Amino acid sequence: MQMPPPNETTLSQRADIAAGLGAIVGEAHVMADDASLKAFESDGLSAYRQTPMLVVLPGDTQEVSRVLAYCAKHDVKVVPRGAGTGLSGGALPLADGVTLGLGRFNRIFEIDYANRSAVVQPGVANLAISQAMDSAGFYYAPDPSSQIACSIGGNVAENSGGVHSLKYGLTTNNLLGVEMVLMDGEVIRVGGKQFDSDGYDFLGLITGSEGMLGVITEVTVRILPKPPNARALLMGFASNDDAGRCVAGIIAAGIIPAGLELMDRPAIHAVEEFCHAGYPLDAEAILICELDGPEVEVEELARRVGDIAATCGATSSRVSEDEAERQRFWLGRKSAFPAAGRIAPDYYVMDGTIPRGRLSEVLNRISELSEEYDLKVANVFHAGDGNLHPLILFDANIPGELERTEKMGGEILKLCVAVGGVLTGEHGVGVEKRDLMGEMFSETDLKQQQRVKCAFDAGQLLNPGKVFPTLHRCAELGRMHVHGGEMPFPDLPRF
Amino acid sequence: MAQTLKPGTVDELVQAVEWAVSGTHPLELVGGGSKRALGRPVQAEMTLDLSAFSGITEYQPEELQLTAGAATPLAEIEAALSDKNQMLAFEPADYSALLGSKAEATLGGVLACNLSGPRRIKAGAARDHLLGFHAVSGRAEDFKAGGKVVKNVTGYDLCKLLTGSWGTLAAMHEVSLKVLPAPELTRTVLIMGLDDARAVAAMGEALASAHDVSAAAHLPAALAARSAVPYVNEAGTAVTALRVEGIGPSVEARCRDLRNMFAPLGDGEELHRMYSRQFWQEIRDAAPFAGDARALWRISLPPAEGAKLVAALGQSLIAEAYYDWAGGLVWLALAAGEDASADSVHAAVAAHGGHATLLRAPADVRAAVAVFMPQAPAVAALTKRLKESFDPAGVLNSGRMYPGV
Repeated sequence: MQMPPPNETTLSQRADIAAGLGAIVGEAHVMADDASLKAFESDGLSAYRQTPMLVVLPGDTQEVSRVLAYCAKHDVKVVPRGAGTGLSGGALPLADGVTLGLGRFNRIFEIDYANRSAVVQPGVANLAISQAMDSAGFYYAPDPSSQIACSIGGNVAENSGGVHSLKYGLTTNNLLGVEMVLMDGEVIRVGGKQFDSDGYDFLGLITGSEGMLGVITEVTVRILPKPPNARALLMGFASNDDAGRCVAGIIAAGIIPAGLELMDRPAIHAVEEFCHAGYPLDAEAILICELDGPEVEVEELARRVGDIAATCGATSSRVSEDEAERQRFWLGRKSAFPAAGRIAPDYYVMDGTIPRGRLSEVLNRISELSEEYDLKVANVFHAGDGNLHPLILFDANIPGELERTEKMGGEILKLCVAVGGVLTGEHGVGVEKRDLMGEMFSETDLKQQQRVKCAFDAGQLLNPGKVFPTLHRCAELGRMHVHGGEMPFPDLPRF
Repeated sequence: MAQTLKPGTVDELVQAVEWAVSGTHPLELVGGGSKRALGRPVQAEMTLDLSAFSGITEYQPEELQLTAGAATPLAEIEAALSDKNQMLAFEPADYSALLGSKAEATLGGVLACNLSGPRRIKAGAARDHLLGFHAVSGRAEDFKAGGKVVKNVTGYDLCKLLTGSWGTLAAMHEVSLKVLPAPELTRTVLIMGLDDARAVAAMGEALASAHDVSAAAHLPAALAARSAVPYVNEAGTAVTALRVEGIGPSVEARCRDLRNMFAPLGDGEELHRMYSRQFWQEIRDAAPFAGDARALWRISLPPAEGAKLVAALGQSLIAEAYYDWAGGLVWLALAAGEDASADSVHAAVAAHGGHATLLRAPADVRAAVAVFMPQAPAVAALTKRLKESFDPAGVLNSGRMYPGV
């Protein structure tokens, strides 16, 4: 994985840049010493590390605007960073770049129950939003597994999902507005508390743009009343195939559960050892199906899902009796990553999405790859929306094992694309999947995306080197190469 | 009358745009043609007829996914989905009657204009359901974005950008959509006799409750009387409607709870099956205003502001309004005149938040006033740069949204 070569001129001006930024945000909020910078050297994808040139922590929108304008003027690259929990290296620093941290943007400005919305700063943790309105019976629906730590601004940048996105959508479906600063320092507001805005959908475009189009400085989210009841079913199956058929059967019956998760045998055993969730150890696969809503609905749907599981040959099936049991069913699923960390020195999380119907075929192929590469794999899977998280277990201290792991990961993602899926369902492209973009998109497709980038940031100073495998200059991308000019198909009738 | 180009294949579509670009011949994009009276009038040299890109190419009910030519009639899509007990959850609106068009609404047109119906408050907008597309840009390049699966963050979300871009960025020819199971049962609880302010408050309470309301609308008495639905037109007073969908026992329980909840406010009634469906179709398509020629504004604003905005405008204008999206969508009809009272409407919307779109007015009025709200200078500049990144020569529907865009 190659990053663009650092700009020597920029590096030689490091002290001046630190002073210039210090004049904007206060010296205390610029970090230039090695020990402080070290803390920012990677995000949640720790396989890639780079110490940033400087870290700046602005305190308000005006400071962000002035920092970006300063950097634009001096041709300095900027990498925005929220809580640093991202899993694709989207916040990986640049050697000649300023990492712009939004940790000081930690206030909840307003919870507007009448308009069922909340206005928060981007550094507020995802879960803190729900906690702030819990007593009023509301919550913010998207719940990525890092929700204790991950920031809402980072959620916007990555379009984060979570186990409940099947029914409640991703970040993009739960946003109403943002304030953001463009690379030239211009502050714009898009959306508000209304459902729809006219004009181009900048809100939708910015969501999931991985910090490359602007720096988010305020977020307005949609909030929902908490469902009055929730129950989970824990179902065991003798094969991945049976579990896959059960997923298809539930969807075909017109049921959209709040969550529908699958774990395979290695994952089941890893989490059982880790947290004793009570999963059936004789099963090849388990499904956790959560149903929420009015009591009568939850009961009826639980019965229907149980029946479908039975026709798919479920070897065990249990409906949670109370909240404690429901939490226990989820405990194992939510512990999957740390559990993998216990059985292997390192693990690598993949994030492809596939059509649900190809599930067992893809799982079988992954276990073949596991043998070919001699690396163990545990699979956890947002089965309801086809989002697969294979965890490849490895030991980075064994020479060559990280490289082999990355190569195998690439094979898995290519497989996802080959069966009609995509490279990333919720973790983002970042640097991790950047060089695989050609598997999904043609050069023409990618150039059009890069032209969008140019419309926001013509100097390509904001988070460059991420998402796109090849950097093109905006001037080059802007040129048109049109042939033809003849009246097309002159034999067709015109009216 | 402009001439028409009708490409039959993607290659021919690329050629058509190449020709347009090489001599800067502006094109007006048309699928079925039912929405030609929407937006600012386009001064095009030629019409680009996209109707050949029609037909469902892939429909996998168990994958909740459908792929079709962009010009596939909406009716064809809905019939295919209905066969499998599925639906487009955003409830695409059909303004053909409202705009006096006999043409058929197409899938691409609904997406290009991001036209969502009453279920928008629960299920999201048209933009939330487009998974992927193939299109020819104003650079005469065939490109794609997105995919066919629900969860996808690979690259920028150009699906959102293209939805609601009114054909000004690219000519979509194939689209993939997320589809959802249709509800087993639908019922609508009616509350009679609330004034606008109390109705908006009641709808807000309903949405804040655990009863999972999928649509909330309010018709003042004069507009309720225009409905074709018996219980509504016989009410003799204002009607507030809350829709409940899902499995049978749940719908029955929630309707009962909602009626109990609002019993202190006024008489209750319930619409079942046919009447419920008919009622929400009227709300969706702005049917209360289909029979007249007044100018019509579609105003999306913070829901709790709905009644306040209408009250504020009522002090200086003679206007009629009804509310969808629990107050978050105001349909406002007033005399077209020369400018559809654009300045007053824009000023009021600026004070309450949100956006006003001049959905219906004679062409000369739509050419004279801002059909879409004027944008802040930095946003307008960004809009222009985005337009240029897709369509540097300005040959695709240019001027449909803003001058030059």
